[in-house]
Amino acid sequence: MAKYDFVIAVGGAPGQGIDSVGQVLTRICARHGLHVFTYSAYQSLIRGGHTFLTARISSEPVANQGDKLDLVIALDRNSLETHLPHVAPGGTLIYNSDDVKEAPERDDIQLAPLSYQELSNNTDRKKLMLNVCMLGAALKLVGGDLKVFEDMLTIQFLKRKGQAVVDANIGVARAGYNHAAENFTAFDTQFEKQEPALAVVDGNSAMAMGGAAAGVKFYAAYPMSPSTGVLHWMANNARDLSIMVRQCEDEISVVNMVIGAAHAGCRAMCATSGGGFALMSEAIGSAGMMEIPIVVINVQRGGPSTGLPTKTEQGDLWQILGASQGDFPKVVVAPTSIMDGFDVIPEVFNLADKFQCPAMVLSDLTLSMGFTTFEPDSVNWQPEIDRGSLINGVEQSEGKYLRYEITDSGISPRAIPGTPGHVHVVATDDHDEDGTLISDEFTNPHKRRDIMEKRQRKMDGILELLPPPTLEGPEDAEVTLVGWGSTHSVIGEAAQLLTEAGISTNHIHFKWLYPMDEDAVNEVLAKSAHSIVVECNYTGQFARFLRGETGFKADGQIRKYDGEPFMPHHIVDGARELLAGKTDFYVPYQEIVV
Amino acid sequence: MAKRERSTRRERPVKGAPTAKDFQGDVRPDWCPGCGDYGVLSSLQSAYAKLGKGNHEHLTVSGIGCSSNLPGYIETYGMHTLHGRSLAVATGAKLANHEMNVVVTGGDGDGYGIGGNHFVHTMRKNIDLLYIVMNNQIYGLTIGQASPTSMLGMATKSTPFGNIEAPLNPIAMAIVTGATYVARGFSGNPRQLTELMYNGMQHRGFALIDVFSPCITFNKDNTSAFFKQRVLELEGHDPSDKAAALEQAVKWGDEIPIGLFYQDTSRPALDEMEPVLENGPMARQSLGITQEQGDAIVQRMM
Repeated sequence: MAKYDFVIAVGGAPGQGIDSVGQVLTRICARHGLHVFTYSAYQSLIRGGHTFLTARISSEPVANQGDKLDLVIALDRNSLETHLPHVAPGGTLIYNSDDVKEAPERDDIQLAPLSYQELSNNTDRKKLMLNVCMLGAALKLVGGDLKVFEDMLTIQFLKRKGQAVVDANIGVARAGYNHAAENFTAFDTQFEKQEPALAVVDGNSAMAMGGAAAGVKFYAAYPMSPSTGVLHWMANNARDLSIMVRQCEDEISVVNMVIGAAHAGCRAMCATSGGGFALMSEAIGSAGMMEIPIVVINVQRGGPSTGLPTKTEQGDLWQILGASQGDFPKVVVAPTSIMDGFDVIPEVFNLADKFQCPAMVLSDLTLSMGFTTFEPDSVNWQPEIDRGSLINGVEQSEGKYLRYEITDSGISPRAIPGTPGHVHVVATDDHDEDGTLISDEFTNPHKRRDIMEKRQRKMDGILELLPPPTLEGPEDAEVTLVGWGSTHSVIGEAAQLLTEAGISTNHIHFKWLYPMDEDAVNEVLAKSAHSIVVECNYTGQFARFLRGETGFKADGQIRKYDGEPFMPHHIVDGARELLAGKTDFYVPYQEIVV
Repeated sequence: MAKRERSTRRERPVKGAPTAKDFQGDVRPDWCPGCGDYGVLSSLQSAYAKLGKGNHEHLTVSGIGCSSNLPGYIETYGMHTLHGRSLAVATGAKLANHEMNVVVTGGDGDGYGIGGNHFVHTMRKNIDLLYIVMNNQIYGLTIGQASPTSMLGMATKSTPFGNIEAPLNPIAMAIVTGATYVARGFSGNPRQLTELMYNGMQHRGFALIDVFSPCITFNKDNTSAFFKQRVLELEGHDPSDKAAALEQAVKWGDEIPIGLFYQDTSRPALDEMEPVLENGPMARQSLGITQEQGDAIVQRMM
């Protein structure tokens, strides 16, 4: 079977149920065994404005929105007008003919009007089920199984709203489906069922699930887009999984509570976005100083300041690298896909526990609010849990216990409060081996040097455990695309497209950002040819960080900072311009404006 | 600066009932001679002893400031956290292990100023903590600026021409915000202070003890003598009567009441309402989830 690769987009106003259509559509595809990546472009409004959801459907795993829109569903006139030009030639635009006086014009696509008033027999004046009717029509055009849709509607509405609502929804879904069968031309390539049926997850839930698997017993948060999904998942599952979940008065309280819980023995985690992370900064340094393991997720959105609450960016790298005053051991990791967000949480907890330091996970809106499909059996619910050198509950050591004992590795056995025989004080002031912080002790320059070096020695141990960046594609390629975090899939696809177009391209991608092993990274970078750093921010935060850590200066830059994620062709076009020597700094043009 | 006394003794095995001496730390306080905080420290050591638990069963948490150095001088588990953040850290620790006795100590700047947001919300949530504020109405460690409890007109380094901002009333604030044990003590009355601390530890829910702990160096107005002339132990007052408690709380003048203003034993502490603690303290629960739990989660995502 040839690769199936198809994009369905839904546009409408918030309140028209775009997200529920998106979820239902994604789940229908997943039940067909098809892979999906869903991205929702939206605005910071509860009602009004415009939302545009893109679901890329493929017979193979997919993790970016792609370049084209094959089938667009316009739930309102605004969407129809806005997205008419975006439909790929040969594609179809479904719209509600009740909305328009004059039919739209384009002769290279199929215009597919339906009158919702007629199809619903004028029974739904508030147009609550318009989305369901249009999705029914769309499903017919791609060869989706109507029965699967009906099952989804039953699951969604039966418990909450009862059989009558289920029947009404199924009624309009069928009406849309039948209308399409009679009036529109279906696509040549159709859904083909694959095994196994897939499950659907969003990036925030994936990280929350990773936390549950890693043994998170304490989760705190203050609501902040686009990180709030982690809180919602934790709150929903807290009782089943026995996780303490707290909503706090601010992010300062969040991270300090997490520090308290971690010190008392829990694996403790929190998530926020850039502004909340800024409030957490001081406490992250205190976790470094007191040597308490915590995991903090920062889901980046467009900055600076309140910035773009509903748009994506990779603009917090320097914030996270520079968070808090002074030097202290820390780990920074940027997951490269939604399900990598699941796997990375147990990995990073093991590092935090082993090295008794804060660990920070840098996600972004694209990853956290995107949906993806996964094989139900592919989830590792029992990852390795390594809590490092921990004394919990039972007296172990003989003689005087020194919380900050100077060791070769820099790691000192950590006694949990409540353990007999290990009473000690941890302090945010610097301190000596037993935690004493009286200032004529810690201002002793020799003691200060010893304890500083002890802490920082832990970085050597961390470095040894972090894998170098990956190199994908031919080693002798003409062009090397360099990226980090959430852009793994879109850069990979761009590299493939360039290679297919005759420009041999490979791809170096960074997941573990800090600490960075200069030699190991340079060994990989040495294999690059014409190198281009691709990232979603204005100042090239990663390119500058990479240069600072390794001395490596890329030949060109592709940067996007308009709030929307990269599409593959943005990178392909950029690479071509850079190769042609027209510029060394390319900013793609965002065609789809929401 | 105080000399540090190195000793090999750690946590003497408690034979019979512990004494206040068992809670003396290895380090001598570096407070100024005559500081009110000495009286608070010794009262807390006595209250810990009276409670009868081992040293390792207590956690003493503080922020930053002169008084926040206290955990270093006491023989329990301790956390000397950031300026203003002690209540948030202590909340996390308490909810992670609610079998621990968690006591928070600090000053008025730390608790009512920079930590004001946490102060309000920790009371509202009725977290089972004892919070002892050594209120000297001045910033001492930064050598003498106005604090949120400095009196009107007081000249300090930051208000050389007299303070024009009104002080907050922590007692009244605590009563209306949701604290369920609200008391005021005086470092010059260690007998009563120990009693208030002991009862505060026994109380299930958020307990505030605002303690007049005069700064001998930077506050020349609210001195030990000032309070000795004015403090008066509450008598014939019913602490379960909220309105009466508020009436006492706003008294300030030639007579200033000290003692237990308010106690509500009907409202459960947060940990008593949290179902996930039915399986024991979070810190002792087994980590991770079972394959069955994981499968059930995935099933809901199909």
